[in-house]
Amino acid sequence: MIYSIIGNYSLILGLICGLILFYLSFKNFKNSNLLDSKILSFTFLQFFFVVISFLCLVFSFIISDFSNETVFNNSHTTKPLFYKISGTWGNHEGSLLLWLLVLTLFILVFLLRTKNQQIKYQILTLVFQQVIIIGFFVFLIKTSNPFNYLFPPPEEGLGLNPILQDPALAIHPPILYLGYVGSSIIFSSVLAATCLNMITPSWASHIKYWILISWIFLTLGILLGSIWAYYELGWGGFWFWDPVENVSLMPWLALTTLLHCILVLERKSILTSWVIILSISTFTLSMCGTFLVRSGILNSVHTFANDPERGLFILIFLFALIFLSLFIFFFFHKDERNNPQSFFWLSKESSILINNWFMMYFLSVILIGTVYPIFLDVISSEKISVGPPFYHKLIIPFLVPFLIMMAIGPKLKWIKSQLEDKIYLISILFISLLLAFLVLKNFDENILINTILISSALYLLLITLRDFFTQKYKNISQNIAHFGFSLLILSILFNNLFSSEIITNLKVGETFESSKTKIVFESISQKKEKNYNSIVANFRIQNANGQNDKLSPELRIYNQPVIATSEADIKTTIMSDKFIVINLVQNQDFFNVRYQVKPFMLWIWLSVILISIGGLISFLQRKI
Amino acid sequence: MKNFFLPYFVILFFVIIFVIFYKGLQDTNVYTPDKIIQYEIPMFNTKEFYSGENFSSSEIFEPEKTYLLNVWSSWCIPCRKEHHLLMGLKKEKNINIIGLNYKDNKKNAKNFLKELGNPYKKIFIDLEGTTAIELGAYGVPESFLIYNNKIIKKYIGPLNQKLIDEIKLLVE
Repeated sequence: MIYSIIGNYSLILGLICGLILFYLSFKNFKNSNLLDSKILSFTFLQFFFVVISFLCLVFSFIISDFSNETVFNNSHTTKPLFYKISGTWGNHEGSLLLWLLVLTLFILVFLLRTKNQQIKYQILTLVFQQVIIIGFFVFLIKTSNPFNYLFPPPEEGLGLNPILQDPALAIHPPILYLGYVGSSIIFSSVLAATCLNMITPSWASHIKYWILISWIFLTLGILLGSIWAYYELGWGGFWFWDPVENVSLMPWLALTTLLHCILVLERKSILTSWVIILSISTFTLSMCGTFLVRSGILNSVHTFANDPERGLFILIFLFALIFLSLFIFFFFHKDERNNPQSFFWLSKESSILINNWFMMYFLSVILIGTVYPIFLDVISSEKISVGPPFYHKLIIPFLVPFLIMMAIGPKLKWIKSQLEDKIYLISILFISLLLAFLVLKNFDENILINTILISSALYLLLITLRDFFTQKYKNISQNIAHFGFSLLILSILFNNLFSSEIITNLKVGETFESSKTKIVFESISQKKEKNYNSIVANFRIQNANGQNDKLSPELRIYNQPVIATSEADIKTTIMSDKFIVINLVQNQDFFNVRYQVKPFMLWIWLSVILISIGGLISFLQRKI
Repeated sequence: MKNFFLPYFVILFFVIIFVIFYKGLQDTNVYTPDKIIQYEIPMFNTKEFYSGENFSSSEIFEPEKTYLLNVWSSWCIPCRKEHHLLMGLKKEKNINIIGLNYKDNKKNAKNFLKELGNPYKKIFIDLEGTTAIELGAYGVPESFLIYNNKIIKKYIGPLNQKLIDEIKLLVE
């Protein structure tokens, strides 16, 4: 009770701080060349109030204070402490509060760390950031206050959705938000820089850190979500082209493109329009994601709340930001036409530009696939769903030139270049073609397209691999990231091609046998935990070489709320994952058993980690 | 001056997107399936709220009659909001409103009815929430329109005036 009151009032105080900051910024902007120390202290104060408010919500969850509506809706006394805490951001209100926390944290760090830049630019960035922060404050307080109280306080809460009770998912939202919200700083800063006409190489090397930070977090956030989907949803895939997944991938694509543009800008002071538009679209796509997920306009596991009022608020807020940034772009941005710098077709910047266009293409495919069903529904009230085949058909073929450009591009020099080592580049191409063909020789379907795909990914892999030895520490971060990407594509391809699946119905004691595997359903046992009861099925699986594996998938029945989930059991080895999941069949005494062998699963995760390590190294290198 | 119109086109483009999202927002019906479902009410046993007598589902629902089975609870805030609509619906002759008191404290439930009125012809108790699960309810409040022992339509979440009008229409 007391926590709710404190939390509520510190939210309001935080909002007031935002308004005061507006006033101070305008005063400071006009007549000072020094950053007013009051601005810093109020920014800190605002952050402090949001922290207090966030901690209050966490405490309310820990002590199970059901007089708080959010706690009542999303918690239960029997839940383990860990999930009580993670329940704080496992719901609409709490996650918005987390979003606000990260917003205020980032602007504070931005003000503290930014040196060597104009004071006016810093203040203007603060103003734009405060526009976003105040928007979120109003949204939180008005439509989704996490501190609403219930009277009389109920004795028991409704519980947290069991599929959200998972360690990967407990840390997935905060990490992802750091990425999303990091892009807000880029957004504010790019608007400020455009207003002051200072999109310059020095600005580029300053904002690069921020792009790298949010890029690393966004990459890891997506990875965690994907891992969670892999073993919790029990469908045996890791990416489903679900609207909500797409919504996180789109800012990632925009941010990755932006990262490459910034590198060009840092050297050559071209591509300024690209940088501005990409910075704006990264953040608006993140916001758009929030809108699509929270308004209930899309239906998915992430849809917390279906409240049109909330949706309307985000929609108006989102478009206000879009129009504001469009206005600034068209009004202030001077094209670089006065200093014409033509592109030579064979140079690093033109190869980056080509791949940027590819990225934009991928982005628009995903955007259309996600948003088009909504449009069609509104215009003709026809309902369609866009599934994986759409994305696969439109994206996969274009990966081939994309990967090859990725391999050759870094070899080129800035401005104008000649291809060196032509013989070696071509010979590696042949080697990878040959390797891919050898791997796929015994494979009947689509041999042509698969060979080409795998060889282009192998090509990138081999070239980056060679660079590790020949170039040593030059461009190591880029090399690691590109190597990770080629590994990712390869693992995904192999994973798709060589997965095998057995679906069967088994009773306890029965055995299923195929030419390669033998599945023995040995026994069944029961387990009682604090927040669920479960049935554990014990399987023994024998493969062609006579190796035995023991796997025990579970059926869990959570007590609050009463929901049954199937927990897959996964045995991970370096080369492949063995994945088994059981389902209860209504009114029958057998279980539906699905057993999958998925090669290179671990490599998918590892390669994404490699990609983000590449970003991390680049971030650390610059600092020193 | 070839870029002169560009800003206007871009702005127009975003305005169109805004309008479409806005419209899309207004007819979101994520949780209520459009299809009318028709299946038999599952068998269950329950106790009457006041007397504590045992009833089975076949005794509660007579054939050729229309019922609205409303799952409610005194601790449920949206139930409080929809309650006056049920009171209004009580006046309809062709429909019998049956209450299913979900995981509730009897004293609180009685106070709730005393305060807001009792729209139900009969109330049954579902202390453990099992009857609600058998009916296929996800939570409270939820209402089932039942005719001739079949569930015709299921309303998840609180009823509103629009849905009440729909119920009246369906009953006729």
